[in-house]
Amino acid sequence: MVIFLTRLINGISLGSVYAIIALGYTMVYGIAKMLNFAHGDVIMVGAYVCFFAISTYHLNPVVGVLLAMVVCTLLGMVIERLAYKPLRQAPSLAVLITAIGVSYFLQNGAQLLWGSNNKMFPAFLKGDALQLMDGQLRVSVTTVVNVVVCVVVMLALTWFTGQTKMGKAMRACSEDKGAAQLMGINVDTTISMTFAIGSALAAVAGVLYMSSYPILVPTTGSMPGIKAFTAAVFGGIGSIPGALLGGLLLGVIEIFAGGYISTQLQNAIVFAVLIVVLLVRPTGLLGKQIREKV
Amino acid sequence: MSERQKRPPTKLVPVPSVNKIPERDINKAPILECQHLGIDFGGLTAVNDFNMAIGRTEIAGLIGPNGAGKTTVFNLLTKVYQPTRGTILLDGVDTHNMTTAQVNKAGIARTFQNIRLFNNLSVEDNVKVGLHNQVKYGMFQGVLRLPGYWKEEKRAHESAMELLRIFDMEDLASHQAGSLPYGAQRRLEIVRALATNPSLLLLDEPAAGMNPSETADLMDNIVKIRDTFHIAVLLIEHDMSLVMGICEGICVLNFGEIIAKGTPDEIKNDPQVIEAYLGKKREV
Amino acid sequence: MNKLKRLSPATRSNYLTYLGVILAFAILQPMAAGGKLSPTLQGQLVPICAYVVMTLSLNLTVGVLGELSLGHAGFMSVGAFSGAVAASALQYSIPNGGLRLAVAMVIGAVFAGIVGVLISVPVLRLNGDYLAIVTLAFGQIIKSIVENLYVGVDGKGMLHASFLKPLTSLGEGGRMIVNGPMGIPNIAEISSFIAGFILILITLAVIFNLVNSRAGRAIMAIRDNRIAAESVGLNITKYKMMAFVTSAALAGAAGTLFALGQPAIVASKFDFNTSILILVYVVLGGQGKMWGSIIAATFLTVLPETPAMRGLADYRMLVYAVVLIVVMLVTNSPAIQSFFSRFQKEAERENGKGGEQA
Repeated sequence: MVIFLTRLINGISLGSVYAIIALGYTMVYGIAKMLNFAHGDVIMVGAYVCFFAISTYHLNPVVGVLLAMVVCTLLGMVIERLAYKPLRQAPSLAVLITAIGVSYFLQNGAQLLWGSNNKMFPAFLKGDALQLMDGQLRVSVTTVVNVVVCVVVMLALTWFTGQTKMGKAMRACSEDKGAAQLMGINVDTTISMTFAIGSALAAVAGVLYMSSYPILVPTTGSMPGIKAFTAAVFGGIGSIPGALLGGLLLGVIEIFAGGYISTQLQNAIVFAVLIVVLLVRPTGLLGKQIREKV
Repeated sequence: MSERQKRPPTKLVPVPSVNKIPERDINKAPILECQHLGIDFGGLTAVNDFNMAIGRTEIAGLIGPNGAGKTTVFNLLTKVYQPTRGTILLDGVDTHNMTTAQVNKAGIARTFQNIRLFNNLSVEDNVKVGLHNQVKYGMFQGVLRLPGYWKEEKRAHESAMELLRIFDMEDLASHQAGSLPYGAQRRLEIVRALATNPSLLLLDEPAAGMNPSETADLMDNIVKIRDTFHIAVLLIEHDMSLVMGICEGICVLNFGEIIAKGTPDEIKNDPQVIEAYLGKKREV
Repeated sequence: MNKLKRLSPATRSNYLTYLGVILAFAILQPMAAGGKLSPTLQGQLVPICAYVVMTLSLNLTVGVLGELSLGHAGFMSVGAFSGAVAASALQYSIPNGGLRLAVAMVIGAVFAGIVGVLISVPVLRLNGDYLAIVTLAFGQIIKSIVENLYVGVDGKGMLHASFLKPLTSLGEGGRMIVNGPMGIPNIAEISSFIAGFILILITLAVIFNLVNSRAGRAIMAIRDNRIAAESVGLNITKYKMMAFVTSAALAGAAGTLFALGQPAIVASKFDFNTSILILVYVVLGGQGKMWGSIIAATFLTVLPETPAMRGLADYRMLVYAVVLIVVMLVTNSPAIQSFFSRFQKEAERENGKGGEQA
């Protein structure tokens, strides 16, 4: 029982991080209808920025995280402006390849700037673990922070897309860009804003991911990137609650698969579950079913 | 089967077209018969209690205001949507559980409201795709270029060119379908549908976007199709000159239900049809 | 030459593609035999052939069938491992290297084809991006499975396999072939440039003949308009599957060719990045354009090894990424497209024929 609960908690902790990354994928997909393959590498950049802020410049971790968010926000907006915006009318495959190009660029750029050797991310979330069930069940500070950040982000985004002017513009753009433009919404700004938010979240997620898996290399972002993308599809890409649900489920499945079945097959099981889910619900758990008009 | 033949065919309009029906058709069951056909989307009933029959060489029209459910009827007949209720009998055979492709093999071919051609293929290849189920050779014969391939490809080429010739399109055979002018695209869609060797051709707004002279050509062509291929045609159209000009039977749909059936003259004077199109006369 | 002009543009382009491949071989083969190629290029000949076949086969899925696949390296992996195991097991029964390679490639193609059938059942029920993500997932699953596979032969030449646990009971005279995450450490390199050249020609013939047949027209019709294709009586699943499985089988043969030209292979070689790399070749070469695939795969495999790029040393991959982005931006910019389409229209007017396919 204790083992089960420990694994469940670990799964939720990992899943919270996936959920935050998946939000970036889902928002960008919802509005720009593109798979932003470079998103995972923005995570990596965020992690590096925070790493140098904390360990080289000895800044306060909070300042480090904020700095990472600022850098990633700018990075996301620059990527969108230079690489994706000129391709808005292009076939989706061309955009995908460009995103892959950006991903290569970021990975190799990071390798040149910061080297390919492992960097140990400092454990900055210090504090005593919560003791539950007479000390049998320990919930680490990292877990608490992950879950709290995830919940806060989710609530904030729900409020943002539902209540603010920019959020409503985003929803309008994701439904119909042409109509949104005719209603006086600046589509370029809205898309740019979406990338900014997604990338800022990627920075947060990068730092949180590093506090659980502290080995930092230029390709650090790709696996959580693919997993979070899977999570977004799992929950129904384009849906914010779907990203949360998909992320959490993916995290829990991953930890359970590794714990109860086999660590070697951990990833295979995660992807197998995704396939089964898509077969039962072809647009993900909370995705909209679209009927093709004939 | 004999049971069905004895039953008086519930033809849409038996009388005016009798002289045009070939001798062999007169006592035969209709090619298409819909009984209590209906479909719901979620809670919305798009088509309800749709009953209609079409003779073997009849030209029939399906009209109604926008959103009446006309294209939905086509989608039900071709099984793009599976009906929620009712039966569709094609030449006496229930099409229940058939897929779109199977319905086509059974004898229904169609065109689309918004043209759906294979844009990157040539005109000839578009027709050859229509001939797909008449051309018999397998993948391996094709890849290994066995004699069956050459023989059947030659036959397919000849049939395709023959069909294109009937519609004056043989000069366009090697053009890319997507680059054709609008009118030619509409014609090609009809040729492709005919290539599947149907017994019933469904035309969804064939005259949309055409000028009066093009519409007149189209009317000639539709009659020519019936007379050349001896098949039935059911068409959806908003152009009343076309509908009243060539249809022998007309069915009027409003809010998913049939409000009138009859000959063009009967339909023109039906008070319910006038109301559906022009609104209710206000009492002064 | 006149006869060539009378052919349809598609057929002419096909013949020119064959001709180009044969010419390239006729030039390179004597140079390779005479030792006139640089050692790097010499070593790259077989991998280039394997990547060309991979790219051609993926182009069948992406360009002809019109579905995005992000797990094509998975089929290469299946072909590489099954083919290499077959070659190793048959080492004594078929002493002739060329014949053994041919048998191994057939086995690699069959295994990859079988996996293709298994995968296509769920994959082809989905559309668009969802289909793409499922191919990605399958690519990862194949990699995980192969990474945990142990295969060996015992003294009597019988194959033994186990999953997750290393083999322990091979007995006297037995030997390991596949060793889990370590892959196959000692491969007899029997692949040759000639074999690669023949495989490319076979692949081209299969793809061209398929595309210009009843089945190929059906596949392209489904790509252009699925609903219309259904309405003219095409069995969508059957033809999608045909394209997908053919593509998988060809990738399997390419995998065998690749593996048997390497001293050792590991499962992690055939990962997501490899799938993406091949997809990049397809897109840069042009979807549905087979000659483009050949050029893109050859050029981009050689490019990082050329002296000019080697001079850039560390910046090599960065430049590669920038080239990729710039090419996509340039080829998709409306201004440049209209510039090229003007040329194309003129050419069409001269021929009096439509655009090209395949």
